[in-house]
Amino acid sequence: MGSGENKVVLHGMWASPYVKRVELALKIKGIPFEYVEENLRNKSPQLLKYNPVQKKVPVLVHNGKPVCESLVILEYLDEVWSTGPQLLPKEPYQRANFRFWAAYIQQLLESIFKLFNADKEAHEKPLQEVHEKLRNLEDGVKEFYFPEGSPNHISAENLGILDVMLVSVLGPFRAKEEAFSVKILDPGKNPLIFSWIQALIELPLVKEVVPPHDKMVGVLQFLKQSGFKF
Amino acid sequence: MAEEVKLFRTWSSGYALRIVWALKLKGIEYETIFEDLTNKSPSLLQYNPIHGKVPVLVHDGKPVCESLVILEYVDETWKHNPLLPQDPYEKSMARFWANFGDDKLMKSIWQLFIAREKDQDVAAVEALENLKLVEEQLKGKKFFHGETIGYLDLAFGWFADFVSILEEIMSLKLVDGERFPHLSSWIQHFMDAPVIRDCWPPRDKMIIKYQVMREKYLAAATPK
Repeated sequence: MGSGENKVVLHGMWASPYVKRVELALKIKGIPFEYVEENLRNKSPQLLKYNPVQKKVPVLVHNGKPVCESLVILEYLDEVWSTGPQLLPKEPYQRANFRFWAAYIQQLLESIFKLFNADKEAHEKPLQEVHEKLRNLEDGVKEFYFPEGSPNHISAENLGILDVMLVSVLGPFRAKEEAFSVKILDPGKNPLIFSWIQALIELPLVKEVVPPHDKMVGVLQFLKQSGFKF
Repeated sequence: MAEEVKLFRTWSSGYALRIVWALKLKGIEYETIFEDLTNKSPSLLQYNPIHGKVPVLVHDGKPVCESLVILEYVDETWKHNPLLPQDPYEKSMARFWANFGDDKLMKSIWQLFIAREKDQDVAAVEALENLKLVEEQLKGKKFFHGETIGYLDLAFGWFADFVSILEEIMSLKLVDGERFPHLSSWIQHFMDAPVIRDCWPPRDKMIIKYQVMREKYLAAATPK
C-alpha cells in the first residue's frame, strides 16, 4: 500500500472491462493501490461523491482527488508516474496513433456489446460489425506494432496502452463466446490478434487481471437472462 | 525544411473547427481542403480509411484523425501557446469534460433538437441537467481554463454556435441568462473572441442545413 504521500485507491467491479484497464495499467507501472469492489446495485457513498456526474466505475482516487473515465485515467497514470514503464510512446505522432487505436479498441467493445444486446435470431449483422472491426484493427496495428508479423516482442516489461485495451476487451473472449454461442475471434480470420491476445493472457500479470472463465460466463448469461442491455 | 500542414474539413463541421481554431491560436500556416462528404476525395479515404471523416490533419504527409486526438497532437508538436493545462490533474479534468461534451451533452442536445413536440419536455430534462453540469464548471471563470481560451473551450466551441441555431429553429430558449449565467456569458465571450469569431460558418447556411436535417428526422419519426 502507498504511504500517505501517494495513496491510490481504485473503485471497481470485477467484471468491468473499463476497470480491468486501470487495474492492469497500475500493475504494469508497479503502482501500489487499494482496490474497492463496488456493488453497482448499491453504490458506495464514496463512489457517488467521487463520480457524481456518471456514478460509474472505474474511479481512481489519488491522494483524495478522483479521476474518472478509463482512458482519462490511463493518460493520468502515465503523466504522474512518468518514469518507469510508459503506456504511451514519447513521440507526438506515435502518441496520436496509439490514442487513435486505443479508441478504436473501445469501439470494438461497443460492437461486442451490440452483439450481446441482440436476440439470437438477429446476431448476424452485429457479428459482422465485430468481425469488420477486428479486421480493421489487425490491418491497422500490423505495420507499426508488429513489424515482424507476430507478437514476439510481447512481454511483461513492455506492455503499453494497446495491450491494456486489448486485454480489457478480448482477455475473456472465450467466456464471451461460450456465454453467447458465437465465434468472436477466429484464428483463421484474425491470426495476428488471436496470437496477440494469446501471448498476453499467458503473462502472469495479465492472468491476475482477467476474470475467471466460469465466473465470467455465469455473469454474462445471468445478465442476458435478466434482460440487461449494455 | 519547410513544414507542410494540411487540414481536411467541411464548411460546417464543428469538429473540424476545433482544429482551425487550434492552428490559428498557435499561428501555424496550413492548407485547407474542403470535402463534400457525399463525394469523398481519394485523399481523404487514403488518409482516414477507417472512418472516412473530417477533420484529418496531415503533417508532412502523416495523417492524424479524430479531432480530440488531433488537438493533443497539435499541442504536443507546437508547444507555444499551450492549449491543455500543464498539471496532470487539471489535464485529466479537461479530457473528462471534453468527453462529456461529445458523449453526453451533444447527444442530449441532439435528442432535444430532433424530438417531436410531444417528446420535447422529456428530452429537455436530460439536456438541461447536462447544461447545469457544464455551468458549474464555468463558475468564477471567463473561459474553461481561466482567462484565456484553451482546449476545453475549443472542445465545447460547437455548442456555442449550435445553441443559437437550435433556439432559432425551435423557437425556444435553451440557455437563458437567468438559469445559466456563466454559460451564457461564456458563449458571448467565446463567439466574439478575436481568433474564434472569423471562423464561424455562415449562419444562414447553417440554419438552412439544420432545418432540413430536423425536418428529415421528424418526418422519419412520424408514424405513417
